[in-house]
Amino acid sequence: MKEFICINCPLGCHLVVDDSDKNNVKVTGYTCLRGKQYGIDEVLHPKRMVTSSVIVLNGKMPVVSVKTKEAIPKGLIFKSLELLKGLKIEAPVHIGDVVYQNILDTGIDFVATRNVERSK
Amino acid sequence: MKNVRILIIGGGPAGLAAAISAYDKGERDILILEREDKLGGILNQCIHNGFGLHTFKEELTGPEYAQRFIDQVNERQIKYLLNTTVIRVEENLEVKALNEEEGLLNIKAEAIILSCGCRERPRGGVNIAGSRGSGIYSAGTAQKLVNIDGLMPGKEVVILGSGDIGLIMARRMTFEGAKVKAVVELLPYSSGLNRNIVQCLNDFDIPLMFSHTVVDIKGEDRVTSVVIAEVDDHLNPKMETAQEIKCDTLLLSVGLLPENELAKGAGVSLSRITRGAYVDDNLMTSVPGIFECGNVLHVHDLVDFVSLEAKEAGEKAVEYINESEHIKIDRIEIKAEDGVRYVVPEFILKNNDASEMTLKMRVGNVYRKTKIVVEADGEVIHSKPKQIVTPGEMETIPLKSDEVLKLRNAKEIKVYLRSV
Ligand SMILES: Cc1cc2nc3c(=O)[nH]c(=O)nc-3n(C[C@H](O)[C@H](O)[C@H](O)COP(=O)(O)OP(=O)(O)OC[C@H]3O[C@@H](n4cnc5c(N)ncnc54)[C@H](O)[C@@H]3O)c2cc1C
Ligand code: SF4
Repeated sequence: MKEFICINCPLGCHLVVDDSDKNNVKVTGYTCLRGKQYGIDEVLHPKRMVTSSVIVLNGKMPVVSVKTKEAIPKGLIFKSLELLKGLKIEAPVHIGDVVYQNILDTGIDFVATRNVERSK
Repeated sequence: MKNVRILIIGGGPAGLAAAISAYDKGERDILILEREDKLGGILNQCIHNGFGLHTFKEELTGPEYAQRFIDQVNERQIKYLLNTTVIRVEENLEVKALNEEEGLLNIKAEAIILSCGCRERPRGGVNIAGSRGSGIYSAGTAQKLVNIDGLMPGKEVVILGSGDIGLIMARRMTFEGAKVKAVVELLPYSSGLNRNIVQCLNDFDIPLMFSHTVVDIKGEDRVTSVVIAEVDDHLNPKMETAQEIKCDTLLLSVGLLPENELAKGAGVSLSRITRGAYVDDNLMTSVPGIFECGNVLHVHDLVDFVSLEAKEAGEKAVEYINESEHIKIDRIEIKAEDGVRYVVPEFILKNNDASEMTLKMRVGNVYRKTKIVVEADGEVIHSKPKQIVTPGEMETIPLKSDEVLKLRNAKEIKVYLRSV
């Protein structure tokens, strides 16, 4: 049994999910079907977008913000952040530039979310 | 003295959207003044995703959302001055600003759009005993340090207040290797979004302590711990519940206040509830020719609504300056009652054209199984059922043109909650 709060609307229904049988996950506590689906997704394959920042060399700003291009499995959040530590990229950087390719074999990249021009 | 037709003060999402819509309405003589060294406002430091879902049907980060609007401003070659702080706005629409290179600027406008956003409640507003060593930051300041300057304010963190900025910063500091020990909330509920409670706290097992507050801050040069305690129904701390939490940083996330010093100086009447100007449905303030939109008018949780409101302000400002003479139209007050804290606009113009309109409002408490009712002279004009309404979430009431027409002809307008 696992408990979640549905995030799809301000009602915030408290969901109880029984995932003892992965092929027949049971959700209770939802008010609408979006909550039921959310409960199933959260036990079977929870995903999150990860946003952070990376050091920029010779840029007008010291760091550039980045995001995972798509949501990655929740369990990989901290491992994905490790990949950014110590990473330094040269300015200029533009929105959408790939900062780190293929995060932990997910096929998903970290991309820049800000333009940082060269300082000189 | 320099003359411009439309002067926009503040180059955040509100100012950018207002400039774009004024341009698209045919006006070319537009100038944006921004005190920072870049356009985009607060969005520059909000690097998390969750912006623009309504407008672009995709989840952008703050800087990406801002850039889409900056690009549109540049495509239209709308003029702007950076590093330029407006210091005074007069009732006759004369403006004084300080620019880093040019010094004092005097500008006379035909219409002014105030879009200067809001600032965090000062920490003086939070009454906590103890010395004031370093290590105490507002959540927004910490956000700027981490996301813009690339600096970490500390390693062991307690956050007071569960507003969205505090929640977002709990996750951000965790990502950067800090240990967030607790988020402490005075009230029995959070003003932050559920989504942020789940994805910023629950995901990382960060405890959220409702009905608790910080009663003491320890440490001489640097914070070494804070003492927290539960509060009673009157929000007074119960000292027998006090417990000490070791930390080197305390973040305060205790709310935002519209930045209305300029409006006040111009003689604009301000609401004691929203802390923004009283506006009519053209978003014009009590001073003819001065408009407000975005967080300076009332605090928004979603930037999409800021952009929509600002678009309207830009259009209305152009209509205003194109009027051959400014005729004063009577206004009817929209009264907020029974659970509704405020409604924006506060006034609606009589006998104006029938057009669609969206009322924006907030409630004062959490209410379940209720409906939002708009009433004109005792007749229910519009009723919107809601499973739940919370103070943390702004509600919008879109009205059709026939509904608006009824309001324009009414003597008394009320918006209130009724349980169902
Ligand atoms: C931490 C945080 C997290 C948020 N998260 C989300 C989210 O996940 N999703 C979402 O949709 N929304 C979010 N929001 C809300 C959204 O970002 C704001 O509602 C929006 O940015 C407000 O826009 P604005 O243009 O009114 O104000 P601002 O962005 O504050 O812009 C005001 C501008 O005016 C300038 N200015 C002020 N005074 C002067 C002066 N005297 N002279 C010249 N310039 C001046 C300022 O420098 C600033 O650039 C968040 C807000 C914050 C603070
Ligand atoms: S289950 Fe439905 S009603 Fe309940 S919080 Fe989720 S979306 Fe809202």
